[in-house]
Amino acid sequence: MHFSFQNILFLLVAVAGFGLFFWQARKIRANILVGRDRDMSGNVNERLWKTLLVAFGQQKMFKRLTPAVLHLIVYVGFIVINIEVIEILVDGLFGTHRFLQFLGPLYSALTATNEVLGALVILAVAALWWRRNVKGVRRFTGPEMRAWPRLDADVILYIEVILMTALFTMNAADLKLHGADLPGAYPVSQFLTGLLPDSPTALHVLERIGWWAHIVGILLFLNYLPSSKHFHIIMAFPNVYYSRLVPQGQFSNVESITHEVKAMMDPSYQVPAPATEPDGSAAAPTPFGAKDVDDLAWTNLLNAYSCTECGRCTSVCPANLTGKLLSPRKIIMDTRDRVEEKYNSPLIFNPNLYGKEAKHSEQEQLDKENHTLLRGYVTPEELWACTTCNACVEACPVNINPLESIVEMRRFLVLEESAAPNSLNVMFSNIENNGAPWAFSPSDRFNWADDLFVTDKAAVAQR
Amino acid sequence: MEKRQINVPMMADLAARGETPEVLFWVGCAGAFDDRYKRVTRAFVRILEHVGVNYAVLGMEESCTGDPAKRAGNEFLFQMQAMQNITTLNGYGIKKVVTACPHCFNTIKNEYPALGGEYEVIHHSTFLQQLINEGKVTAEGGESFKGRRITFHDSCYLGRANNIYEAPRAVLEVLDADLLEMKRCKTNGLCCGAGGAQMWKEPEPGKKDVNIERAEEALATLDGNAEVLRNLQGAESTAPALPAGSNHGGSVIAVACPFCMTMMADGVKNKERESDVQVFDLAELIASAEGLNA
Repeated sequence: MHFSFQNILFLLVAVAGFGLFFWQARKIRANILVGRDRDMSGNVNERLWKTLLVAFGQQKMFKRLTPAVLHLIVYVGFIVINIEVIEILVDGLFGTHRFLQFLGPLYSALTATNEVLGALVILAVAALWWRRNVKGVRRFTGPEMRAWPRLDADVILYIEVILMTALFTMNAADLKLHGADLPGAYPVSQFLTGLLPDSPTALHVLERIGWWAHIVGILLFLNYLPSSKHFHIIMAFPNVYYSRLVPQGQFSNVESITHEVKAMMDPSYQVPAPATEPDGSAAAPTPFGAKDVDDLAWTNLLNAYSCTECGRCTSVCPANLTGKLLSPRKIIMDTRDRVEEKYNSPLIFNPNLYGKEAKHSEQEQLDKENHTLLRGYVTPEELWACTTCNACVEACPVNINPLESIVEMRRFLVLEESAAPNSLNVMFSNIENNGAPWAFSPSDRFNWADDLFVTDKAAVAQR
Repeated sequence: MEKRQINVPMMADLAARGETPEVLFWVGCAGAFDDRYKRVTRAFVRILEHVGVNYAVLGMEESCTGDPAKRAGNEFLFQMQAMQNITTLNGYGIKKVVTACPHCFNTIKNEYPALGGEYEVIHHSTFLQQLINEGKVTAEGGESFKGRRITFHDSCYLGRANNIYEAPRAVLEVLDADLLEMKRCKTNGLCCGAGGAQMWKEPEPGKKDVNIERAEEALATLDGNAEVLRNLQGAESTAPALPAGSNHGGSVIAVACPFCMTMMADGVKNKERESDVQVFDLAELIASAEGLNA
């Protein structure tokens, strides 16, 4: 062990890399918490079990086999290869060389697994790139998949290949330098040594380049995540943990309305005192439903940061399949764009630099005056096309719920703006006046029972 | 065949006699007013009468559950309806509710408890499955469905909304028919296009209507039309294998929801296939297989 300039440099790089990431993560946490309160505590065991199955176990990915296998390879590779990051950190800080070698045969197993997984990751990433850029899987297209989201998707794949290349450069150079004395097993790099120069100096430099590229690449990637859809590798876990446990058909109850309705039906009903600000003054009344991102629940904003824009939701949406404007993925992407526009965009690789039109289409229906999530990003036409069928919710591999946000915005349109389509207003007044959504007279409600007969099988059998 | 007239028991009459029924049959607005779905209501009541279930209906005291208002975002109207119905149901001390409408089912089961209405709520597909399991319904003595092709269209509010996929299929199994699954079925099932209050409005502009898309899939499944099935979008890779062979005529699209009924029947009509493909609710199929229609 010997300290050198490299160790000090490494310490600075590592502190800067992790520090910047935590600074960004705190800003995003604040962005998510602008959402309305929603108690998601309790049911810890059920939530942990769900996280284990859906997030760690990728349960919902396996509805589509090919992408599930390719994704699993990259996912397992990511987790296992990151064990090596522990070694890189220790080696980098203390000047050790392959610190984990004390594990003996286990170390060989680890390095061998890393090498095999690394090679598989490169193959899987190539297949994923092919699916996205050559084969043209339908769900990777759509009006919301504009310049930035498309570039982002490819950048992630390129970074993964660069990281794996750095790993192999490091291992192959190290192997050629030390030969059989190098601890560990290198089933892939042993075939790569022939490609490298023979000079020990060159090999040493190559090994350092590979080593530095790997760890610096990881730190840069870590700081790219908060700007990218790839943030899902972290956010998927809390998102699944905090996902709804109630049946998908159960829509949330608006409690403030419950108090109003109870007071109307029973004048003696005591409406609870309105919430107060910390200084004792009455809190500003919250609107019914959602007009902007801060009217949504914090879990809806957590959803937006967990989305990797895979488009499974949109690909099964009956409205989208039949050519309507609605795309559940767009609602989720709009939510993230809007929360970063309204609150500060804390990001170092700021995707806003690409300009608005790179992120979402400038639809003519969008309201330039009221630049809010509703109307400024999401048009009523999209919202009214939803059949509330829950196909998007069911399809999402990380339990994002676009339907909740859609219904919240519908509530705002109806309850705050009375802006429902006219035919729905007719339906509302039918329910109010006739107790049925159609214009039938309530006195005809029991007519179905007229002249109703049944075969008397018991009597038939007796005969 | 001997037949007898049914005097559908009204909850108010039972209460006046101090009786409580074992189960309240929630008819729903479509079941009460829609001419096509009234036939489902009548079929289900025939089954209840045949089996001798102790049931009652609310009659004119029933009112819309508020489902379409809630899905459309009118929470105020929904809660007004819900509280009114809960007052009625609680006033009669109702413990158990059965309904043939997945929307009423979902609303009463999942959304009434928060407003003070807690009941055991079951959908008629589950209820029929129980009657079959108990041996009370055998699907014998009536129309035979043996060898006929039937495909079941999942209702969103029964399936994804409440995870009921097997009960309707178990009910159909007793018919001894040739049951075919559509590619987009169960958790991957495609909506008929009527949910979320779409039933009461024109669809937004698009390439086609959702019910046409779904009817095309159902017809292609019954016909064994591999080309149409291959080109379907949005099917997950767990989709069932394509069925082979051609349609023998007299095929059935089975539904378990009044809105699916309307949408699928319109879709079949749009494709001019009413002559050889019919849309039936589970209760209708069971009532005719059991020979209860009189």
